[in-house]
Amino acid sequence: MAVSSLQQEEKRSLFQLASLRLMRFVKPYWRWVLIAPLLMTVEVTMDLMQPRMVERIIDEGIARLDLNLVLQTGLLMFGLAIIGALGGMSNGFFAESTVQAFGADLRETLFRHVQTFSFGNLDELETGQIITRLTNDVTQVQDALLMILRIMVRAPLLLIGSLIMAVITSPQLAFLPLLLMPIELVTVIWFVNKATPLYTVVQTRLDALNGVMQENLAGIRVVKAFVRARHEEARFRQANENLTSQSTRAARTVAIMPAFMMLTMNIGIIGVLWFGGIQVTAGQMQTGQIVAFINYLTTTLFSLIMVSQMVLQLARAEASAKRIQEVLDSQPQVRNQAHALTHFTPCGRVAFENVTFTYKGENGDPVLKNIHFVAEPGQTVALLGTTGAGKSTLVRLIPRFYDVTSGRITIDGQDIRTIDQAVLRRNIGIALQETVLFSGTIRDNIRYGRPEAGDDEVIAAAKAAQAHDFIQAMPEGYDTQLGQRGVNLSGGQKQRIAIARALLLKPAVLILDDSTSAVDIETETKIQAALEVIMQNRTSFVIAQRISTVLNADKILVLDDGQIVAEGTHRELLAGSPVYREIYDSQLGNGGSHD
Amino acid sequence: MTEARRTAPANPPPIGLRPGGPPMAFLQDSPKSKNARATLRRLWGYLERQRWVLAGTALLVILTSIADLLGPYLMGLALDTYINTGDLPGLAQLLGWMLLTYILASAGTWLQTYLMAGVAQRAVRDMREDLFARLQALPLRYFDQHAHGYIMSRLTNDLESIGNILATNASQLLSNVLSLVGVIIIIFIMNVPLAVVSLVIMPLTFFLTRMIASRTRSGFRHTQKLLGELNGIIEETISGEQVVKAFVREELSVAQFSTVNRQLQKAALRARVLTNFMGPVMNMIGNLGLGVVACTGGWLAVQGLATVGEIASFISYSGRLSRPLNMIAQLFASIQASLAGAERVFETMDELPESDSPTAVAMERIQGHVRLKDVSFGYKPGTLVLKNVNLEATPGQMIALVGPTGAGKTTIANLLTRFYDIDSGTIEIDGQDVAGVRKDDLRRKLGLVLQDNFLFAATVMENIRYGRLEASDEEVRAAARLANADMFIHRLPQGYQTVLAERGSNLSQGQRQLLAIARAVLADPDILILDEATSNVDTRTEKHLQDALMHLMQGRTSFVIAHRLSTIREADQVLVIQNGEIVERGSHQTLLDQKGFYYNLYMSQFKGQAI
Repeated sequence: MAVSSLQQEEKRSLFQLASLRLMRFVKPYWRWVLIAPLLMTVEVTMDLMQPRMVERIIDEGIARLDLNLVLQTGLLMFGLAIIGALGGMSNGFFAESTVQAFGADLRETLFRHVQTFSFGNLDELETGQIITRLTNDVTQVQDALLMILRIMVRAPLLLIGSLIMAVITSPQLAFLPLLLMPIELVTVIWFVNKATPLYTVVQTRLDALNGVMQENLAGIRVVKAFVRARHEEARFRQANENLTSQSTRAARTVAIMPAFMMLTMNIGIIGVLWFGGIQVTAGQMQTGQIVAFINYLTTTLFSLIMVSQMVLQLARAEASAKRIQEVLDSQPQVRNQAHALTHFTPCGRVAFENVTFTYKGENGDPVLKNIHFVAEPGQTVALLGTTGAGKSTLVRLIPRFYDVTSGRITIDGQDIRTIDQAVLRRNIGIALQETVLFSGTIRDNIRYGRPEAGDDEVIAAAKAAQAHDFIQAMPEGYDTQLGQRGVNLSGGQKQRIAIARALLLKPAVLILDDSTSAVDIETETKIQAALEVIMQNRTSFVIAQRISTVLNADKILVLDDGQIVAEGTHRELLAGSPVYREIYDSQLGNGGSHD
Repeated sequence: MTEARRTAPANPPPIGLRPGGPPMAFLQDSPKSKNARATLRRLWGYLERQRWVLAGTALLVILTSIADLLGPYLMGLALDTYINTGDLPGLAQLLGWMLLTYILASAGTWLQTYLMAGVAQRAVRDMREDLFARLQALPLRYFDQHAHGYIMSRLTNDLESIGNILATNASQLLSNVLSLVGVIIIIFIMNVPLAVVSLVIMPLTFFLTRMIASRTRSGFRHTQKLLGELNGIIEETISGEQVVKAFVREELSVAQFSTVNRQLQKAALRARVLTNFMGPVMNMIGNLGLGVVACTGGWLAVQGLATVGEIASFISYSGRLSRPLNMIAQLFASIQASLAGAERVFETMDELPESDSPTAVAMERIQGHVRLKDVSFGYKPGTLVLKNVNLEATPGQMIALVGPTGAGKTTIANLLTRFYDIDSGTIEIDGQDVAGVRKDDLRRKLGLVLQDNFLFAATVMENIRYGRLEASDEEVRAAARLANADMFIHRLPQGYQTVLAERGSNLSQGQRQLLAIARAVLADPDILILDEATSNVDTRTEKHLQDALMHLMQGRTSFVIAHRLSTIREADQVLVIQNGEIVERGSHQTLLDQKGFYYNLYMSQFKGQAI
């Protein structure tokens, strides 16, 4: 009972191999996958015929002193060599074509799939992880596939061919390969089982080391400012030592395998010589048969070693395949409903109805509790509150970056979960707290959300965001190329471009999440003046640290610990909310001495 | 808690800091090593301390190669001398010796791999450590000019390939060279004319290898370039995925990706198919060689110049010629690529570190009298970011630096910490030119809090303790309380033991700031530099923080860069910076009375705010 259930388990796990599941990407190229081994067979056959030709030259040509036959056979050998090479080369072509197409398709599917992810997925699978899977892991699987299509065909062909030949040559000695093969096979399986967990640990430790390095590079300023080079080196040394000891252990464990395989093969040769010798002495065999048998035996066992080493490599590729499959298996947490609205042009009445929200998988309190308010079309809603009160989370629910845990959010009375995500988001312009720009020109970045926008629109948006002047001052103006993540701009400049990018959408709902924190006051004031005009017929949500920014809001929501603790206009709150009063006082220092 | 997402680049360098050229230029480098000899010599430096292990391994390689060549000989002996004569006891004895040889050869192979694994790993570990230590010593300028991916690639890929040549390729090369030499000697002993004929294939092999290699090189360069481009797209899109989603750019991103992806597919196919031809072509040459030897041998035999037996064993040996030749060619290529990697590693190690002048002195207890005299500085030669800046801070003073974005405020902070060295002028602390002080000493006296502070993927406790490693848990808590961070820390799931995500991305930007301030509080510096330290903290928190900072600034010279004028009203001196120059200076009130640039800045904040 126990044994059979164990077997069942093994069987199931074999069919669940991630690399096998990835093989569905090979399907479109099944013709090439079939042709490649055939061509390899041609090469192997030609190779196997060469010794026969040599034998013919020796046995027939030389023995009969027939020079013509020698030359004829020689020419035939040339021909066979060339045909074999052609077979091998075309195998290479088809195998490589399959592998490259497979890799490109897989990458594209992965990339496309990641584009469907919601913010929750991205929090779960870390960015760096996803990138590794799209690059390194795909390459690993590609390499494994190439190996299968090229060498994996050759080795089993040789294995089976030479085994058959061995049995034909001398049935009396056939027990030797039949005895040795299982021994080798068991050894291989044993090693694979032993090596795989060792290499898994190596990978974990390598990741840890990379983590230390990446962190160090990213935080190099802090390291230098606190003079912590020694401390960092110690941290690195620890991770380095861990990796080294584990890598050494793994490499040493694997080292014994080839040696053991060679020994098995050589013992086989000795066995053939001994048992063959007895047969020859008894007059039941020829010396030539022993030579041939040894040849076939070594070929058989050598092919088996090749196959086993490939299995080892495939085991490594399996780890990569698993990680790829993990990405493919994650379902987007925010999904379109079956009959989601695809036409939606709202006026912008945004209502939160008893919204509670928890980040998935995070234990502890909900981040938002019973949020209930209405923003009328054209209104400006300002969110105030302490760090971590839930302001950013609240606005991120409006474009459905996350779905609410309970309650609902409506726009113009329509539950946003019934609207197609893309359609919903086209109506919402957002400038996030942490600015992300892309490489490309400044113009491309501003019209990121609407690539078809005209230059006049781009300039108008940039002007409103107070970005036009500094863009103009750059040597190439709007055509200035930004480096990755906009590295050649200051924080304030990046934020202004991000605001322009959101404004260009002319959205019904505009969200500015602390998007002027790095902009100096003078510029910010100008942006505000411009926004006041733009915001007139848009519902806007503004998160800001400065009270001056929110003075003119139609509605101010004061958030504390995920709840709305006060709601109203500046005047109302000043009179009725002690929390607001405190914020106000702290902002103006000792009561605004400038008056 | 999870308000802030994780897309922020750690510390974006100031404007104009990146050089114009693409940082990916290295990808286009030919994969060949430029100065193999010097690189090998340096590599030897890492192996030297293990030379006895290496010598032992080499000896083992030699012995196993000999055993390998001995195999066919012993086999022939068994066949000719014992089996053909029916001498079974003799055969048993010989087979006993053979078994011993084979066991020893296998043990040798195992031991050799075992030893080399250790040697290689140790050498790579030492190199990695040296490289990392050098990186710690390099000036910030280096990190501005090199993409993180570039540096990471030195630390990972390049070192890994060095590990590979050391662990396997080197001993494989040796054993293949040995068997090649062995076979050549044996065939010359057997039959000189036949040996000469069978060696004819050697130049052909080299010629063909060269031809294919030179054809593929440009193809691989092109592939590398596209691969770099594709990885760039992947990295940029996925790290900016939230913006991609916010602006509904998913389809366009896929299209952009797809274009390069397909180009890469084609380019990779073209380059790699040619390389794949190498194997079959080599195989063909081997077979052609066999034909040549067989025909020549046949002719010689017909002429009576060779015996059939001679030809038979000659063929079995000459078949052993092409395999090591093949292997040597392959190993050579991969060793060369690894050497190029090693060379890049050494180049990085040769970068000039931040150094102190040989006469640099320690910095004693300081009062905090800071003076900048005619300081000019530019990140790139030719473009000055600061021009003739003069300022003086007497001990305990608070200096506020205000001005528009990009005016050069942060640069002053970068120069005080000597992250960059000034082009002209002097910076003095307590009358001592900082150029003559050890940098580490100087930085220990300074406390720096940046706008976007880097946190480590460690516990909150460890992150604060980064400011002073020997601080006790109680001291850490005290610092957190002073920075007003204690409250939110207590609300975290595991309090001070909560492990932060990469770069502290499970905290909001404001919370990260509070931790960074706590870290600086714990460090207890003599001079404080707050670079927009409170810009992302909401005003209520800032009020408490301000109290804490005021307390902290007591008796310390402090430089405060801030957008908020309320923050700096208390400053002893306000310096207004515009376009790299100090345009106004004085107290808050005097500057207001001047009705100049500062006045405009100040008024703009509270405009329209009559209550």
